[in-house]
Amino acid sequence: MMQSVKVRGTLLTLLFLVIFLGLWEMSINRPALLGAEELSEYEMMMGGAAQKSGVPAPSEVFAHAVRELSDPFYVAGSNDKGIGIQLGYSLSRVLIGFFMAVLVAIPIGFVIGMSPVMYRALNPFIQVLRPISPLAWMPLALFIIQDADSSAVFVIFICSIWPMLMNTAFGVAGVRSDWLNVARTHELGNIKTAFQVILPAAAPTILTGMRISIGIAWLVIVAAEMLVGGTGIGYYVWNEWNNLDLASVVFAILMIGLIGMLLDMSLGYAAKFVDYQE
Amino acid sequence: MTNAFLQVDHLKKEFPAPDGSTLTVFRDVSFEVEKGEFVCIIGHSGCGKSTILNVLAGLDEASGGNVIMNGKEIFGPSLERGVVFQNYSLLPWMSSLRNIMFGVRARWKNWSKAKVQQHSEEYLRLVGLDKAMHNKPSQLSGGMRQRVSIARAFATQPELLLLDEPFGALDALTRGVIQDELLKIWGETRQTVFMITHDVDEAILLSDRILLMSNGPEARVAESVKVDIPRPRTRTGMLDEPAYYRIRNHLIDFLINRSETSKPGDDGWPRVVDPAKDESMDNGAAKSPASATQARTTPSESAKASTL
Repeated sequence: MMQSVKVRGTLLTLLFLVIFLGLWEMSINRPALLGAEELSEYEMMMGGAAQKSGVPAPSEVFAHAVRELSDPFYVAGSNDKGIGIQLGYSLSRVLIGFFMAVLVAIPIGFVIGMSPVMYRALNPFIQVLRPISPLAWMPLALFIIQDADSSAVFVIFICSIWPMLMNTAFGVAGVRSDWLNVARTHELGNIKTAFQVILPAAAPTILTGMRISIGIAWLVIVAAEMLVGGTGIGYYVWNEWNNLDLASVVFAILMIGLIGMLLDMSLGYAAKFVDYQE
Repeated sequence: MTNAFLQVDHLKKEFPAPDGSTLTVFRDVSFEVEKGEFVCIIGHSGCGKSTILNVLAGLDEASGGNVIMNGKEIFGPSLERGVVFQNYSLLPWMSSLRNIMFGVRARWKNWSKAKVQQHSEEYLRLVGLDKAMHNKPSQLSGGMRQRVSIARAFATQPELLLLDEPFGALDALTRGVIQDELLKIWGETRQTVFMITHDVDEAILLSDRILLMSNGPEARVAESVKVDIPRPRTRTGMLDEPAYYRIRNHLIDFLINRSETSKPGDDGWPRVVDPAKDESMDNGAAKSPASATQARTTPSESAKASTL
């Protein structure tokens, strides 16, 4: 009878999933049974067509997912590409924008964290720029860059910067003075101190910032692609909504969640390598 | 002007007080340390011992006076002055071996990796930690961490070793073991050591000379007490030395009765005292409250190392 917490937790997860899917399936099928007797005005007006636009049952979504995932990379026209291709577009934008932000945010965060003067000098800019919704940059980006794809990358870049910048500055400023004294008594220069003492000491905090950033980037890419259109999972969701193909929409939503989870897990895994215990 | 290895001359430290005046923690602190000497400094909290050590390390700046080592004025931290901090200050993301290699590599930049590692392992062995070589500091006990820290300081072979109350955070049993380790490693290297301690017995066991500081603010180094007990010393062997009790009584008498008022000699230098030859110290403590300490000092108790 003694089961580990892990096993019991997993069993409960499966139970909740079954209950959730069961309720979903039942709630979808019930109106179809009653539909013949009580038609709403809208349904009477739309006739049979309204039925088709309803929320799909999980079984439908599952069947759709099997179909899509069995051939994820097909290209059947500019508006009809496999889910793998669409996710690939989104992922590449997120990763390019994110790593560009890494290159900018971590050095600036270092400078801010190490120099109280630079902190005071740059803080007003950061405080004003940070609360701006990344999508608000889109018109400006489109006008200046003149390219929808690069504009989406830019939006990812700008939204990824802030958590990494703040966490890097925080981590660097919080490095214990004892460790800095160790560097000083060993005559380490500024560059060596930065790489051999401050970077490893602040690495767990920096990684946390990167993890928050990639999460936000993945949230923002869907909205950005809905705006710029053309390719990507955000565009796919919007396109399928326009097609009233809600099974595809639900399937895409699930895929967004899965990829987001994988992104987070990979950075969480990376964080283990730089973690240390005091 | 003498030409001692380390000359501390009229050192002063001031802090701005909240009311706008200046608070002088210590002033006119003058003393010398000879090459190869082991010197402890004792004084009540707040007399500025740690500040003096930090000035010697180059981590803090004095408000006045100067420090000359090997004929050169000290300016900023240097590998010639190794520091062992009270809280070990090991880098927690590195194994104990890597922590020592960090210091060795900084000291000898052109050494090969193999040579750095071999040299570091040697010093880990010297403190008896070769088995815990690949453990991170978080996997070590406080005593083991401090041994790694001591090994790191000795491995870089600085001209002057500064120990800031290195055993303050350890329990009495562990402290005793590491004092032995320190004596052993010092016996092999004979480096010049300047150490802060609160522990009278520790000071007598380890040092050639003990500097006594009067109370802050405006603390001074009032006395320089010779520890004339033959080496090698052991914690138990010390208890058979009449000199041990004389020195101990003198130190405790100073800390309890005289630290408030005591001043250096008229020339500004600490008064040199040699209680080991002063037979009056055998019962001299009877006329002071320190006699209470003296009366209770049976060998088994003093082995526990009374900490002031």
